[in-house]
Amino acid sequence: MRMGIAEALRKAIHDEMKRDPSVFCIGEDIGIPGGYGGAFTVTLGLEKDFRERIIDTPISEVGIFGAACGAAIMGMRPIADVQYGDFLLCTMDQIVNQIAKLRYMSGGKLTVPVVMRAPVGVTGRGAQHAQCLEPYFITCPGIKIVAPATAYDAVGLLKAAVRDDDPVLIFEHKLLYGSKGPRAETGTIDASSEIPDEDYVIPIGKGIIRREGKDVTIIGGLLMMHFSLRAASMLEKEGIDCEVIDPRTLWPLDIELILGSVKRTGRVVIVEESPKQGGIGAEIGAQIAEHIPDYLLSPITRIAAPNTPTPFSPVMEKFYVPQPERIADTIRKLITEY
Amino acid sequence: MSNDKILSEIGKDKAIAMYQKMLEIREFEGKIRFLFLEGKMPGTIHQYIGMEACGVGVCSALKEGDVIASTHRPHGHAIARGISMDAMMAELYGKTTGCCRGKGGSMHLGDLSLGMLPAIAIVGGNIPIIMGMALAFKLKKEPRVAVSFFGDGASNEGTFHEGLNMAAVYDVPAVFVCENNQYGASTNIKRVLKIDNIADRASAYGIRGDIADGMNVLEVYAHAKEAIDRARNGEGPTLLELKAFRLCGHSRRDPNNYMTKKEKEYWKKRDPIPFFEKLLLEAKVLDEGKAAEMKKAVEERVAKAIQFGQSSPDPRPEDTYENFYVTMEVPR
Repeated sequence: MRMGIAEALRKAIHDEMKRDPSVFCIGEDIGIPGGYGGAFTVTLGLEKDFRERIIDTPISEVGIFGAACGAAIMGMRPIADVQYGDFLLCTMDQIVNQIAKLRYMSGGKLTVPVVMRAPVGVTGRGAQHAQCLEPYFITCPGIKIVAPATAYDAVGLLKAAVRDDDPVLIFEHKLLYGSKGPRAETGTIDASSEIPDEDYVIPIGKGIIRREGKDVTIIGGLLMMHFSLRAASMLEKEGIDCEVIDPRTLWPLDIELILGSVKRTGRVVIVEESPKQGGIGAEIGAQIAEHIPDYLLSPITRIAAPNTPTPFSPVMEKFYVPQPERIADTIRKLITEY
Repeated sequence: MSNDKILSEIGKDKAIAMYQKMLEIREFEGKIRFLFLEGKMPGTIHQYIGMEACGVGVCSALKEGDVIASTHRPHGHAIARGISMDAMMAELYGKTTGCCRGKGGSMHLGDLSLGMLPAIAIVGGNIPIIMGMALAFKLKKEPRVAVSFFGDGASNEGTFHEGLNMAAVYDVPAVFVCENNQYGASTNIKRVLKIDNIADRASAYGIRGDIADGMNVLEVYAHAKEAIDRARNGEGPTLLELKAFRLCGHSRRDPNNYMTKKEKEYWKKRDPIPFFEKLLLEAKVLDEGKAAEMKKAVEERVAKAIQFGQSSPDPRPEDTYENFYVTMEVPR
């Protein structure tokens, strides 16, 4: 059946709750009858089948993630969510000092199998509801971070996250959800997939080549994967053959996949929707430079948002987010100059 | 309830065991204080001297399977909950035989298999986690109780508000024990709190609040037992405030000059160990000879723990990479 990401995640959560009675969801507005199933409809209606395990909370992000942490240590498998990824910052202590570190500081004597879900994306809401905060979390040892760009991956990664014994943070993109009804998002990109009936997981730590090519490797996740594919189509007409890698897991990175691709193409462009400073592009670029400098035909190139907060005006927002045209222009120049 | 009545209810053996734990904490803290000052122990320490009645009173009312969470000042809670002094001492020395294999240190002492989460050293940080543990007990319908220890300072953290409110809303089997030792580091609680009793805040969450004398282990036990029993019976969480004092500095070299001489002398006279000892002697549960014998045995036990800690093997530097992800190596 063809599903968008919101619907696919809903199915995956339903499957997991049915499979394992220790799985529960905890978050704001997730199971209110007559409500909207979380900010983007992902948990819509789940309370009908699992009333006791869809736990609506006060507006208390610290409480939500603390509850998830404690319950996970005691053998439950919580799926905790925030309405907007930006609110993760309210609960950084619980994520970074507690969830990420408790197993390590116990000497490996306990596990914290928490799943954390957070919507990101620069989407018409300005500085505090439209950030891409992924880089904040790749600096935090102890959690795994995934970012599904398609509905097929959303199912596989959500299930892998629930079944993983370590904490996993899932970044979901507001423009890729395909949420319907009053929670539909302007500017939505189709990320829907055919979802098979049979159970499957996508291994955490494995990226995927979305498009094979020989001239340049483009690396981009979530919305930037889709924009990179668009750029690749534009360039194809000009005879430039782009390979597009979707990391899928942002940490630990599938660095073997990335290095293998860059060795073949000799050129790499990393695209990210967050500011360039200290970004994922910086991390990936540094690893490429460390491991395979001799293979590079051109400088490692980052395409990112400006080093500013997210602006509101649609005019500035369009400038802020790397657009397919900008990705294509950058690559065109790279190929011409080197 | 009078001390005599509590004493007769708990019985001689339990009373002696509680006295023993208090002696162990005092001796443990006294010895490691010197090891630190002599530069023989790494890290930093926050000590529990003067607060023994709090941890021992509460933990003596717990059952196997219950869980506690502590703070940056966890040595007393660990002994009270039954972590071996050998494993604690080895942890303080950062050895592989430590209760956290040398990865925790003083501020993260604990062992979940013995009912103590590795201590959470962020002030107030354990309150939402304990709420979550209690939520798990409720969801799994297990007759277990989760107890959070925290100080007066933590009651001004946002975690306190979110954690207690959610514990109340979900009616989970948790007890929130505020050890009000009256100082957050050097700051007297009166400077940062406009009310007299932290327990009064319970009414803001619609839960039960209670106050006990934190220098009297019997009173602590009786109040803790009531709160724990209620939690276990599905009657909801309690905020239990223990009025206490630390008869030592905040951390290793703190001479606590911010406390007045008068105040220190007053509380020194209320030292929970001589107080309990006198009570036990008067009730003829203990005699002078037995007390002296127990103190000597505790001294020897702590000396043995120090020996164990010092002689245990250091981890290999590359053990840094161990005990991390369950299902994956550390990315390098």
